[in-house]
Amino acid sequence: MTGIDLSVNVGKLKLKNPVLLASGTNGYGNEISNLTDLSKLGGIVTKSLSLKPRKGNPPQRIVETSSGMLNAIGLANVGVESFVKEKIPFLKELNTTLICNIAASSIEEYVECTKILTAEELISAFEINVSCPNVKEGGLEFGNDLNAVGRITEKVKAATNKPIIIKLSPNVSRISDFAKVVKQEGGDAVSAINTLVGTAFNIWTKKPKIKNVTGGLSGPAIKPVALAKVFEISRNIQIPIIGIGGIMNWQDAIEFIIAGSTAIQLGTVNFINPNAGVEIVEGINAFCEKTSVGKISDLIASYQI
Amino acid sequence: MKQSKLKIDSIEKLESNTFLISLKSNQSNEVITPGQFYNIKVSDNDFPLLRRPFSICDFINDRLYFMFDIHGEGTKMLSQKRIGEELDLLGPLGNGFDLSGDFDTAIIIAGGIGAAPFPYLIRKMPENKNVVSFLGAKSKSAVVKYGLKKIFISTDDGSEGFHGNVVHLFKSKILDFVDKKIKIYACGPTPMLISLQEFVIQNKIDCQISTECSMACGFGICQGCPIEKSSGDGYLLVCKDGPVFNANAVKL
Repeated sequence: MTGIDLSVNVGKLKLKNPVLLASGTNGYGNEISNLTDLSKLGGIVTKSLSLKPRKGNPPQRIVETSSGMLNAIGLANVGVESFVKEKIPFLKELNTTLICNIAASSIEEYVECTKILTAEELISAFEINVSCPNVKEGGLEFGNDLNAVGRITEKVKAATNKPIIIKLSPNVSRISDFAKVVKQEGGDAVSAINTLVGTAFNIWTKKPKIKNVTGGLSGPAIKPVALAKVFEISRNIQIPIIGIGGIMNWQDAIEFIIAGSTAIQLGTVNFINPNAGVEIVEGINAFCEKTSVGKISDLIASYQI
Repeated sequence: MKQSKLKIDSIEKLESNTFLISLKSNQSNEVITPGQFYNIKVSDNDFPLLRRPFSICDFINDRLYFMFDIHGEGTKMLSQKRIGEELDLLGPLGNGFDLSGDFDTAIIIAGGIGAAPFPYLIRKMPENKNVVSFLGAKSKSAVVKYGLKKIFISTDDGSEGFHGNVVHLFKSKILDFVDKKIKIYACGPTPMLISLQEFVIQNKIDCQISTECSMACGFGICQGCPIEKSSGDGYLLVCKDGPVFNANAVKL
């Protein structure tokens, strides 16, 4: 790599480059580390952690759709305690920035998880999932409620000295109102967007293709929606944005940065090309060289309208 | 497990809807266990978006073979590939069959395209073991005997061999094996595996089944392919903990 500065600051969180792997699309880093070099990325966001382990939803959990996929995994995870005991030691070897995603069904549970994990030096920041569409309690209901998002931000912020990123739901009328509340309550950044609620039916059996009936739509199908949401936040609220939604290659990543993202997360693409993150970092670097951008941060919200 | 681009070396139609594709592996020293699979990208764009999992049908002279039925758009595209085109493969994935154990006769029970993993299993089976294959299909035109040994056939419509399903056929022949130590290797539609599972558990027969499930990544990160454990609470993953399980380990 040449002298291009790819580092970005997501509020207090410093990343060596803007490319992160999204929660739920890299496990806890172990399997995917056999197929790519995670140390070359800006960082990884863990699978959502809850206070107690969750076994997740019954099959079918996923179905492919046009340029996308629906999933209803149901926040299957090992729980905070096993994470600390069994996953952190391996994550230490990876030499990448670690962001822990937390999902909970009550404000108290968010706070409890945050407190326990704050003791782990390896964790650089928390991403708070207030927008999982696939579990009955909590999840999306929080993400749809301005007061709830505000209270969660406030309480979690008070429970830790680490940066707090709130992961926003696109399934709301004005996403920028939620970003505003996050900013007011002291949140350091927002990530946008979580998946869009969708469904699919088998026309012969007339049954839904996933057991949970609805799931979260991800992949290139949602990219224009995600870009519009990032752009809406960027134009209205002064808060760092981590852009997510259907990014498949470096061109998509650049587009999200131009639309207002300080950093980006890769999700569905990791399932198809586990090395996409490294390729995208290289692609962003080459783009900066070609267009004489010395610092990637100069490109953030550089849209010309 | 690694990601690699391999060239198509041959592609042939075995039966009306069944194809065999071979690819030249770039590593002849690759260690592959029968029953493992590769997750294959059949296009270089977003349609179809996800990879498709295929059992390794055979691995010989650094050529990888996959047998598949045309089932949807992805497999249709795969069937239309030409020699020399490249495919993006991720694998080998999953655990594979356990060829060890106290048995003298390996019994293969396959339903339809469930026969795919067995040519390689037969090739890797120790020479002192007998192999007998039970193969079930919808009708005569769907019977694919490729790479199998000592085959008994059943068809749903009776157009070839035993009229009925392959588990019934196997049960009707069970007395032939009373003086043998048998181990069953099975792959096929879930209803077939359920009926076999019930029989082998009742009769305490050593049996491994290869299961299938829709999956995205194929290596454990998407958590999209759960299968229920038979004891205790929770799920295993078909892609990582399987696709092969002891018949008594999972609820189908």
